[in-house]
Amino acid sequence: MRFDLDKVFGIHEQGVRIRERRAELLAGNLANADTPNYKARDIDFKQVLQQAEAGTNTTQMKITNAKHLQTDGFAGMSAELLYRNPFQPSVDGNTVDSQQEKAQFIQNAMQYQASLSFLSGKIKSLKSALKGE
Amino acid sequence: MSLFRIFDIAGSGMSAQSLRLNTTASNLSNAQSVSSSVNETYRARHPIFSTNFSDILDEHASVGVKVDGIVESQAPLRKEYEPNHPKADADGYIYYPNVNPVEEMANMISASRSFQSNVEILNTSKQMLMRTLSLGE
Repeated sequence: MRFDLDKVFGIHEQGVRIRERRAELLAGNLANADTPNYKARDIDFKQVLQQAEAGTNTTQMKITNAKHLQTDGFAGMSAELLYRNPFQPSVDGNTVDSQQEKAQFIQNAMQYQASLSFLSGKIKSLKSALKGE
Repeated sequence: MSLFRIFDIAGSGMSAQSLRLNTTASNLSNAQSVSSSVNETYRARHPIFSTNFSDILDEHASVGVKVDGIVESQAPLRKEYEPNHPKADADGYIYYPNVNPVEEMANMISASRSFQSNVEILNTSKQMLMRTLSLGE
């Protein structure tokens, strides 16, 4: 069996990156829970992951000089930001529902940790294979 | 790593909410600070929040909150006839601040709840980072 170290982590590498991005977005929403006219943002995890897998959604570094290095880009960073539909629109134009955002944040954090557990397992099995004990 | 940015974002939220709590404390403690003229009387202060678009790296970055400033309420002052009060003016009137204690209490609870949710975000992010750092152990 051919062994490719780049592909050892599979989908979890992208997953962790997108979850991290989503956590940042949700934290931004909660920090702006009392800001007038702020609109809550989020990403569609499933869609972004599919795009990241297909390699269609990457942020490329701009190359403005011939001496600049070519990069592979960062998947999931240019995810399309969506606006949340508020259940209870407020008079000041803010669409953050703290409870909903908090629930989403915790859910996202748990899924992030689940991905980490999978990654941890992969690393452990690699280690034990290397040691051969 | 974007998890580190959450510390900045939640931190900005916490400092904004603590400032709001500060103005509430100031308003409530000065609720009975009477004076003898309209201009000298304390007026209720409220912070103005806005989204901090300046720390944006690109159009997709999430954003923190910043305090644009503190404005004084323009609601009319309470004028009462108390000729025996040492601060009464020539006509026997004293002026009470336009602080509404009920409104201030509601503001206080809202600020403290928002502060708590920012702290929770910070704690959860810290856990996520710690777990990431101890990957494969």
